[in-house]
Parts: sequence; C-alpha cells; structure tokens
Amino acid sequence: MAAPDTNPDVSALAAAPGLEDWHLDLHAKGTRREEAVAHLHALLLRAARFEVFRRRGSLPQLSSAELDELAQDAAGDAAMSVLRRLGDFRGESTFRTWAYKFALLEASVKVRRRAWRDREVTLEPERWEEVPYSGPGPDADAETAALHEAVRGGIRTALTPRQRQVLVAVVLEGVPIDVLAERLGSNRNALYKMLHDARRRLRAHVAASGYLEET
Amino acid sequence: MNSRDLDPALLRLLGTDEPEIDCDECFAQLDRYVELELSGAPADTHIPGLRAHLVGCPACAEEHESLRALLELDSVS
Repeated sequence: MAAPDTNPDVSALAAAPGLEDWHLDLHAKGTRREEAVAHLHALLLRAARFEVFRRRGSLPQLSSAELDELAQDAAGDAAMSVLRRLGDFRGESTFRTWAYKFALLEASVKVRRRAWRDREVTLEPERWEEVPYSGPGPDADAETAALHEAVRGGIRTALTPRQRQVLVAVVLEGVPIDVLAERLGSNRNALYKMLHDARRRLRAHVAASGYLEET
Repeated sequence: MNSRDLDPALLRLLGTDEPEIDCDECFAQLDRYVELELSGAPADTHIPGLRAHLVGCPACAEEHESLRALLELDSVS
C-alpha cells in the first residue's frame, strides 16, 4: 500500500473557468458540444479534487494518486448527472455553481463510502444499547439526568425497529446517511425522512414525560 | 426546556420542531441558497427550511460547507 501523502499539492488545481455562457453549447452538436463537454469536465474535476482533498483526513491510507483517482471517478459520474439533468437548470444560480454541486455530491459520497468501507455498522435495532451513548456527565443536575433517561426510554419504546436502527446508526454511531442507505438498499432521502420521523416521535415521547417543551 | 436549549448531543438525537425540507429539495436549492448567502441576501427568508435541514443532516451540511468554501476560493483566485 502506498504511503499516505500528508501534504498533497492542492495548489495544482486547474484555474476556475469563467462565467461565460459556454454551457449553452452543451445543447449543441458536433465540435461545439465536444468543447463544452470538455470544459464541463474540467470544471467538475476542479470541484471533485477540492472536495476529496478537503476530506482527505478521513482517508489517511490513500496516496495522493489514489485520492486523485477518486476525484476523477467523481467528476466522471458528475458529468453524466449534469448532462442528464441539463433541463433542470433554470438560471437561478450561475451554471458554474449549479454544476459544482453535482461534483461535490459525487465526491463527498465516494469519500464517505470509502472511509466506511471496512467498518462495521450496528444494523440490528435491538443491539442499540451496546452503542456508546454519551449521557449526562457525573455533575449533571437531576433534570438533565432525567431528560437523558427519558430519551433512552423513548429510543427503547417509542420508535419502530427501523426508526431505531436509523437513528442509532446515524446519530449515535455517526454513520453517514448515504453509507447507511447503501447498506440497507435504500436511498438518502428515504432514510432522512425516517430519521426525521424518529426524531419527531422521540420529541413527543420526551415532551409527554414533561422534560421538553414543544415550540 | 425547549429544543433550542438542548446540548449538542441531545439536539442531534431529538432534532428541532422547525419546518425543514428534505435531502432532495436541499440539493435542488443548494446552489441558489449559497449564492444568496455569499451575496449577503437573506437566504433563509428566500428558501425557508433549508437551514433547519442542514442542522439535522450532516451529509447535506458537509456539501453546503464545501460549495460555500469552493465559491469563496473562486472569488479570490
């Protein structure tokens, strides 16, 4: 395995392409389109490299070359997404900002999945009590201790097994939601909705116990 | 105690009861939201619910931070 590079040269990023209307040529044909696609790819690669090197602390085992390969893959996938969704661009931001977000999404998902590739995730909802839970410290007052106990009770009794599974993995274990989605055969948006519902049930349980005011 | 007074660990578990958008809508609006932020416009008024989503969703929050940082880098290069 290559030695980790502790000082990757992020200054080698390509200069940001300008703000001209070159992206209109993505709808053209022939050479004009090919040039626009090349321009788009350079833009997306810049964003993907930015993201991968920004998050390189979570991938200490990868060399600069391996990180760059990850960025290249992300840029390629982002280019396909952008070209597929060109019709969604409404001009509510600059095209550059709109395109950047696709590269940042692809790169950040790849970094998180790579970082968690060999890590175990507690997927059995009944094992949640084995997960470290940073409850109140020894100096906590009685109200805070009771609030934490109400939360633990809510996790135990107020949630469905699936809600408990998602809440424990994402919040207590720190599993990235897209990593969890991949392992559960779901998607990020669906799992976030489940997490949102779990939090709402938990708040209601704690509020019913008298330890939390709903605003 | 209301949810705004919770310590960060409990806030991550319980979330807030503020209205929020979901991950797909966050992605759809993120470019506009960040440009509004960087221009000094009231992004939260223009796109309600996105800020609350960033508080609840670490993955979307990372992507928001990155897009903002990349545009800030572009503005000085």
